[in-house]
Amino acid sequence: MIEPTESPTPTNRDAANWARPVDRLSGAGAVGAKDDAVTGKRVSGPLQGFGQLWQKSFSVRLDGVETTPEAVIATWKAHFAEFWPKGQRFYAPLSGIQPGEVALLDIQPVPGAPVKLSTGVLVLYADDESFTFMTPEGHTLSAWITFSARREGDVVVAQAQALERPADPFDEIAYKLGGNHQNNKFWQATLRNLAIMVGVPVPVVDVQVSCIDGNRQWRYWRNVRHSATLRSARRTMTAPIRRLTGGG
Amino acid sequence: MTATVIELDQEGPAAILRISGDITSASEADLGAAYGLAVANGAKAVILDFSKLEYMNSGGIGLLVTLLVRAQRGGGRLVATGLSDHYRQIFELTRLDEAIEIIDDEGAAVLAATA
Repeated sequence: MIEPTESPTPTNRDAANWARPVDRLSGAGAVGAKDDAVTGKRVSGPLQGFGQLWQKSFSVRLDGVETTPEAVIATWKAHFAEFWPKGQRFYAPLSGIQPGEVALLDIQPVPGAPVKLSTGVLVLYADDESFTFMTPEGHTLSAWITFSARREGDVVVAQAQALERPADPFDEIAYKLGGNHQNNKFWQATLRNLAIMVGVPVPVVDVQVSCIDGNRQWRYWRNVRHSATLRSARRTMTAPIRRLTGGG
Repeated sequence: MTATVIELDQEGPAAILRISGDITSASEADLGAAYGLAVANGAKAVILDFSKLEYMNSGGIGLLVTLLVRAQRGGGRLVATGLSDHYRQIFELTRLDEAIEIIDDEGAAVLAATA
């Protein structure tokens, strides 16, 4: 949960759909996470990352399912964590996926590896047909990702669209060495799981990925100081010592 | 939803795109075409006038990022003017204000864009 910085006077149709302005995040509202690596961090979007900028779209047609975009999004919001591949954890905020709420994440960047990345996301925007997450400092990506549903003729299409840059130079290297591919597989699996839940027996996920800015933003190399990956790796390596000394 | 309407005013090396209605991901073709026309007519800087903007969702914000990338790739510049307090807050929340200069006064925006 975040504290509002001023009283709202909404005059636009979209006013209630956006998070309130926030200086620093708090992960206190997320349920179940053991590690809060988000509190005190600023948000960091695709303009604040170090690496190349990628635009990605993962979409699945819900053929043969009688539903509406609103119903699909309601299901997605209510069961978001359940659609994630095994080994990856999403700790939803107590009040659900609502603008301004913060969710915490535990991710294995490399499946099966001992390093677990603890980070989170801010719910930047949410309405009845879409919701958008924005990453915090420390996440491997500086990104926005939007989950939406729309009608195309008689069929509802669910989609995840991302604008993302690897956050720091190490993340950029990891991205090039397989992280990009892993990320794509993650969202394909998520869309597939969503489609199965709503009743599609054999979902087919369409993937469109392109690098829309090949330049690296060198002025953001210092993002490395926030790196949740390096923090998690340090904690993993020092865990035996901490157990011996009785430390946390 | 209200349709996106974009009017182009060319002032030498600066062009003003006056945006009315809604900006969502569905606005991509119209916004892209207007920007392309401005650049084809010689604009080195494009000023986005948001004073008549009625609605913007996160898809619309994403569109501004891709437009910014397109401007930077072509050596051009994007400036925003006419933002209400609500949309200025969204620019600040998304940190878009760190990449797109915001100038409240349109005349000053044209001067700054052509400087």
